[in-house]
Amino acid sequence: MSKVLMKGNEAIAEAAIRAGCRHYFGYPITPQTEIAAYMAKRMPKIGGTFLQAESEISAINMVYGVSSAGLRVMTSSSSPGVSLKQEGISYLAGSDLPALIVNVQRGGPGLGGIQPSQSDYFQATKGGGHGDYHLIVLAPASVQEMADLTVKAFELADKYRMPAMLLADGTMGQMMEPVELPDENSGKTFEKPWAVRGTECKREHNIINSLYLVPEQLEVKNLERYERYKKVEQNETLVEEYLTEDADICVVAFGIAARVSKNAINAAREKGIKAGLIRPITLWPFPSESVARAADRVKGFISVELSMGQMIDDIRLAENCRKPVVLCNRVGGMIPSPEQVLKAIEDMEGVER
Amino acid sequence: MTDFKRVTLFAGHYGSGKTNLAVNWALRLRKEQKRVVIADLDIVNPYFRTKDSAELLEENGIEVVSPEFANSNVDLPALPAELYGVVQNRHRYAVMDIGGDDRGAYALGRYAPYILEENDFEMIFVANFMRPLTQTPEEALEVMREIESAGGIPFTSIANNTNLGALTEPETVSGGLEKSKELSKLCGLPILFTSARRDIVSKLDISPLFPIDIQRKYYEIL
Repeated sequence: MSKVLMKGNEAIAEAAIRAGCRHYFGYPITPQTEIAAYMAKRMPKIGGTFLQAESEISAINMVYGVSSAGLRVMTSSSSPGVSLKQEGISYLAGSDLPALIVNVQRGGPGLGGIQPSQSDYFQATKGGGHGDYHLIVLAPASVQEMADLTVKAFELADKYRMPAMLLADGTMGQMMEPVELPDENSGKTFEKPWAVRGTECKREHNIINSLYLVPEQLEVKNLERYERYKKVEQNETLVEEYLTEDADICVVAFGIAARVSKNAINAAREKGIKAGLIRPITLWPFPSESVARAADRVKGFISVELSMGQMIDDIRLAENCRKPVVLCNRVGGMIPSPEQVLKAIEDMEGVER
Repeated sequence: MTDFKRVTLFAGHYGSGKTNLAVNWALRLRKEQKRVVIADLDIVNPYFRTKDSAELLEENGIEVVSPEFANSNVDLPALPAELYGVVQNRHRYAVMDIGGDDRGAYALGRYAPYILEENDFEMIFVANFMRPLTQTPEEALEVMREIESAGGIPFTSIANNTNLGALTEPETVSGGLEKSKELSKLCGLPILFTSARRDIVSKLDISPLFPIDIQRKYYEIL
């Protein structure tokens, strides 16, 4: 198939359509508005539904409704809007409903700003809403991955009956790159015998619900859910390792921070410093095994983030505090430069300046 | 391509390369010893815009007029008063970078009467046939008409800026030219030039060609 030139946001929208998603509900917010704009143009032409809801809260509850009927459905927003959706996301998780939520992150907290950020890491990977639950969290680092991981997210969500989140940042959403789009009807589909779409008087009613009046029953539900989460952790962790085999210093970064880091690692290698990169592609499940393996060998880890030190906690847990982990970051809509990351690598190596 | 109009406007589908072309066009005008002002009318695109090249432009003696809050942390689509100077002061050449699609072109509407009255303008439709929603001449024509009705100024020519970013090949550009010719037949407007990166221009046997430098680079995947 041939490539086209796309914005990251457009790639998400087109890939979702090709993965069979015909229902999009959202509310505009920079820097992800192109997803909604693209859906508004395409959905009416292919018999799908594009609906600009009156709010993010409304949109996520429309997602709940369509997912209950067993159809592929998504919403997208940026940080402040995703905060508004948290109640609905918790209800999706509590009702074991698959859905795709896209967060093209911007600076925070509060209204923050419109420039890129990764500071919703905790919110995405540790729950975000109330109750015990996880989302599958995928972190694209190119426009190509914006498309590919969108398809993947729908598959995983359906397979494990849980919501999945694509956690991108403003740069990923806005930048343009060549992309090979997935084929129409791509991605695996799954039977959904639990869906509510009419019994035709041939079966018992299906019930989609997150309310349990008997605590024993709610406990069983929670335990069953965590058995499924265990399977996700065992089977679905995705990670890219770059020059880690002989690395003395291990950079850990995802999304735009990983791209910056690769440049810094190459520059370090040219100076004779053995640096490598672990790039988590799934942020939950976090690639703890890769980090633990690296800890046997490396001097230390550098967490490169567009946040105040969030992923760094998962690195420390994974390597069990055996080696030092330092933070290299910019926040408020700023991106670390390759020079800044190179300096962090040189500092860890003990290079005299 | 030496008979420059007083006002040159770049409009088209968003992501077609308008900002890049506008910046390169301003630099080129300046090389002809013209007094040049470049105006960024893009109130749609939050990130990559003329202001990114402000330093380069100002170093070259080009005046830059852009929305007050461009590249800042707020999302306020406010246009500065200086924009009236761009269309009313006829003693300098003006390059206008219009926001993408009809949504972006609405901002042009209030300046259109001045530009039409002076009647010394080139309104260029920037075409990139590698963009998913404008892959055919028919789709491009639809966008063209939407922009004209939103902005209030008719197009006068087409620029073939077909590219695939870093993966652009000479064939990408020449393939785009074929589609531009079809678009030209459909709308009756001439193709003003084909633009491409300098290293690709040297491999092309097309005329006229406008070699451009890419203004904004991202961290390449290695």
